Amino acid sequence: MSAPLVEVAAISRSYAMRSGMFGRSTAVHAVDGVSLMIPRGETLGLVGESGSGKSTTGRIVLGLEPPDSGEVRFDGKSMAAPATVSWRVQRARMQMIFQDPLGALDRRLPVAAQIREPLDIHGLGTPAEREARVRELLRAVELTPAHGARYPGALSGGQRQRIVLARALATKPDFLVCDEPVSALDVSIQAQVVNLLADLQAQLSLTLLFISHDLRVVRQISNVVAVMYLGRIVEIGSADDLFARPEHPYTQALVSASPAPGRRSAGRIVLAGDPPNPAARPGGCAFHPRCPRAIARCASEVPMLSAVGGNRQVACHLVTGPQVQRKDAA
Amino acid sequence: MPPLVSIHDLRVAFNGVQVLRGIDVSLQKGEALGLVGESGSGKSVTWLAALGLLPRHAQVTGSVRLDGREILGAPAAELDQVRGGRVAMIFQDPASALNPVLTVRRQLCEALVLHRDLSGDALKAEARRLLDLVGIPDAARRLEAYPHEFSGGQVQRIMIAMALAGNPDLLVADEPTTALDATIQAQILELLSTVRREMGMAMVLISHDLGVVAENCDRVAVMYAGRIVEEARSNQLFADPVHPYAQGLIGALPPLDGPRRRLTAIPGTVPDPANMPSGCAFAPRCALATEPCGLAAPSLAPIAEDRSVACIRAEASRRALLGVAAE
Repeated sequence: MSAPLVEVAAISRSYAMRSGMFGRSTAVHAVDGVSLMIPRGETLGLVGESGSGKSTTGRIVLGLEPPDSGEVRFDGKSMAAPATVSWRVQRARMQMIFQDPLGALDRRLPVAAQIREPLDIHGLGTPAEREARVRELLRAVELTPAHGARYPGALSGGQRQRIVLARALATKPDFLVCDEPVSALDVSIQAQVVNLLADLQAQLSLTLLFISHDLRVVRQISNVVAVMYLGRIVEIGSADDLFARPEHPYTQALVSASPAPGRRSAGRIVLAGDPPNPAARPGGCAFHPRCPRAIARCASEVPMLSAVGGNRQVACHLVTGPQVQRKDAA
Repeated sequence: MPPLVSIHDLRVAFNGVQVLRGIDVSLQKGEALGLVGESGSGKSVTWLAALGLLPRHAQVTGSVRLDGREILGAPAAELDQVRGGRVAMIFQDPASALNPVLTVRRQLCEALVLHRDLSGDALKAEARRLLDLVGIPDAARRLEAYPHEFSGGQVQRIMIAMALAGNPDLLVADEPTTALDATIQAQILELLSTVRREMGMAMVLISHDLGVVAENCDRVAVMYAGRIVEEARSNQLFADPVHPYAQGLIGALPPLDGPRRRLTAIPGTVPDPANMPSGCAFAPRCALATEPCGLAAPSLAPIAEDRSVACIRAEASRRALLGVAAE
């Protein structure tokens, strides 16, 4: 295996939040000690519900905001401070795609001009080369130059997301962070964009961080998937078997909440309680108030992410790895 | 048994542009019907039109019968008894359906006063019972709270409580869980199925999520460009879709286990209602389209018991199905 392109070492990020005008400000731990690594040319999927810190993780990895602690290393070098020259050079090699393409595009500019913009900003090529690159990018996302002359309003949702993708690819990045890139699209269009993304990844040997709440889409495109809950990774493993054999009770509930058509699932797991509030994180394992299998230890002790065999890691007191079991037996 | 609701040849046009092009569907008492299809296929418009909830400039024709009585174009007084009384509706965005400056009690009681002759303590007790029923803890105290004091999942529970205020025979749930997180979605769907079982209520579940529809509905209708293209029992439809569009929708869904394969995306996009292709509306995107597909739009025809398809290939499929059955 080659050296990882992106290494994230124990990053944390908290925000101060005030409740009411005179309320005391409390710290919201959006991301708490997340470590990840993405080998070159591979995709890491990040799943979790709203407030789990997956988008914040993406923003920190991309250097859009600094972590409070921990470090992000890109291609062996640590991220430069935002708005410096070296940051700008690094940033041209990493791009982001958001959920809402209409919000990411300027409605008053033809889309070809918007694809060209990163080339202008980073000063890449002569004007003629830039025009040629825009045509090449439009072709790469399976659109025609005629589409390039249109305004975002005159394109469909799927076409707009292709434009955003073309613009992200303009600077020939090595790394893309995709934050819910297909969530706003209809199923059939979603499949088109997912296939396109997989093709482009293979052609351009792109490395992806793919953030989504949709387990199916994440599994389709990822090599490794990490499940987040309230700012921490609770389970990580290979995309092929993580959802087929989930170990963490939260992952099990997520899989159960994503029914497959054509097969009635046996015994749906319905979690009690409200969605987690990052401003009031429970002590111990953050999931314990909603966990159907929680024991006393879960309320007091934070479980650490530990290997349980294969390349799976789980943060749960109830899931113990093969080594631990052997020790118990001996 | 006569159907609870039967819709016949329902058509809707906005400013001369047809968006609903002849819907025929019926629903038995207590049955759960799923409506799936891409955005713009007319899933929501069908029920908004049936209940007279579309803006005035919409031209609606056809027939919608509730227990045999025509309700399309019925006088407002009669519709007021139907809407919220016999048929209730909940929407995707519950937060915007509640009034932010009134307490939950005021809003629940408003619905109760309109549809159930209650007052005084009985009214308050019923409001509390409904909030209890939908699983809001500490209902008596929470009645005095305002909508912003509840989470998204709880607000959807309150909307369900309001919908149940009139003891409806039919609940139309339009993407009721789309805005919610996966684990909260599972809670709301569980609640809907419990309530439905206890009250013997029929439900129309409009959703773009095939998995959700498969698990919660007895029967499914697949809509495309303002028409129903396939209708079947949900286990049949998802195991063996016949219409190429239904096949495409199911093929486009990534599997959660087993080997990963390339997704079979449906090429192209949904046609513009103002610029509909002639013949079958799906033909331009259909891998199996032949010349006759462009000539006339196929009508929804039964191919087996409880199963109808609008595709000229369905005739061949029917023969194949019968052949399989005979063996």
